[in-house]
Amino acid sequence: MGKQTLRIEYGKYITEWGQKNKDIVVLEADLKESTQSIRFQQAFPERYFDVGVAEQNMVGMAAGLALAGKIPVAHSFATFISMRACEQVRTSVAYPRLNVKFLVTHAGISTGTAGTTHHAIEDIAIMRSIPNMTVLVPGDAEELRQVIDAAMELNGPVYIRLGAGDAEDVYGFEDCFKIGKATRIREGNDAAIITTGTMVYEGICASDILKKEYGLSVRVLQMASVKPLDVEAVKKASIETRGIVTVEEHNVLGGLGGAVCEASAEIGGVHVIRIGIQDRFSAVGTASQLMKAEGLTVENIVKSVKDLV
Amino acid sequence: MTKIKELQQKADMARQLMVEALICAGCGHPGGAFSSVDVMTALFFEVMNIAPANPGMENRDRFILSKGHSSVALYSVMHLKGFFSKEVLMTFRQDNSILAGHPDMNKVPGIEMSTGSLGHGLSVGVGLALGAKVDHKPYRTFVLLGDGESQEGSVWEAAMSAAHFKLDNLIAIVDRNRIQIDGFTEDIMGLEPYKAKWQSFGWEVKEIDGNDIAQIVLTLKETPFCVGKPSVIISNTVKGKGISFMENNVEWHGKALKGDQAEIARIEIKKKLECY
Repeated sequence: MGKQTLRIEYGKYITEWGQKNKDIVVLEADLKESTQSIRFQQAFPERYFDVGVAEQNMVGMAAGLALAGKIPVAHSFATFISMRACEQVRTSVAYPRLNVKFLVTHAGISTGTAGTTHHAIEDIAIMRSIPNMTVLVPGDAEELRQVIDAAMELNGPVYIRLGAGDAEDVYGFEDCFKIGKATRIREGNDAAIITTGTMVYEGICASDILKKEYGLSVRVLQMASVKPLDVEAVKKASIETRGIVTVEEHNVLGGLGGAVCEASAEIGGVHVIRIGIQDRFSAVGTASQLMKAEGLTVENIVKSVKDLV
Repeated sequence: MTKIKELQQKADMARQLMVEALICAGCGHPGGAFSSVDVMTALFFEVMNIAPANPGMENRDRFILSKGHSSVALYSVMHLKGFFSKEVLMTFRQDNSILAGHPDMNKVPGIEMSTGSLGHGLSVGVGLALGAKVDHKPYRTFVLLGDGESQEGSVWEAAMSAAHFKLDNLIAIVDRNRIQIDGFTEDIMGLEPYKAKWQSFGWEVKEIDGNDIAQIVLTLKETPFCVGKPSVIISNTVKGKGISFMENNVEWHGKALKGDQAEIARIEIKKKLECY
């Protein structure tokens, strides 16, 4: 087990895919080192297009390339694709259901001291509300590779969300990502922690501490597929445990926590505590400082589960 | 009848169908449809390599109606070309029709792209044209924009990229009818010097009378105007062209055609068609 920078692992893996599938073309909006799309450019310059600082045009071009039979992967920071080019994503890609993949990086508050302009705490909520869109937030390098495989096999738009930082390896041999399915990383019936993205690691650590120090068995569900959501898994957690704690590097409104609350309320409700950014723009700070300030820590997950049970 | 005369007649037949479809719908956007129907007629009947019986034909030329609100003109021309029946055309903008006010590519065979939100179509055209270059395919991409539409910044992002990628297989046509919803373009948000804007973005530009079929056909057949550069035609037109009370009248951007005016429109277009 170790730690990987997901963007780098992504850059390597999309290049492998580029070798396998010649229809893949890559679009970039002047952030090729940040997103690591540069690796694809080095391998396949003839299928790589940097459009400059023009995300709206990039997304429209991706739609056109999909119409031409290509499989475009458009890259930028989460904030610029989900918000600057939101209407192009919605109207020119999702509405006609074109086969465009969005690979966004620097999501959440992971750019730290860069400040709020470069954070994205709203993007899951925005993308999740667009019909035809699939929203995937992988938690480690292995899950990322499986997410990319699943996205490439799906004929339709997919939003794949990565942060800027490192991710601890959490996926075991038996773990298998499927769109619309939660991955059960820890068993348990006292409570359930539902995570997305790299928060899965904090979720696992919290579950292990709760077992060791408090004798509680706490299920951990990694919900990399925020949309479609594994409603069945939420339902089971609602029925089989005493409550759910959701953890995400995103606003508590409209993201994973919102999605889990919607699903659990529809089946009769269960006590849900949402850990995430409390609907506010962040102070200036490093990523780890900001995470601490927002309660995105193992300690806060442990405390929340204890409050629940 | 000469070829040009035949095309003129086709455009006026389309106008007659547009009048009927707009009356049936009780809503719609007449002005920009009547101004641009001559260009669409020339494209579908004389310029583009398309096959209504095989709308997915691999190397067909692509047409994107970026000014999607002019759909009634496109639908009427497509019906005349044989893409769908008159019965279908007359369901325009009605419950459960395949013909929305703004075209949906997944509902209508032959519609290449869903459009309606202004400022999107040229970027999509850039992507299509780039895709053709990547795959060494011979098809061309035509994008019809509105002049008011080119107040959208994204149009100029797309324009910049088309020149950068040397897309001489991309042809933009701007329906320069000089009127947008709120008034005359030059009063609302001036576009001039318009030709110079396109030139400075790296496009080869020609200006025509966009209600003159002979000029339209001749100019479209000259594309690409310059190897290695995208082509744009500034198509100077009259908004509402062909219906006297609509011509150059700001009111008729998006107004229902009904009552006495509907009858006048019917009579005017009938008289016009009797002259052929």
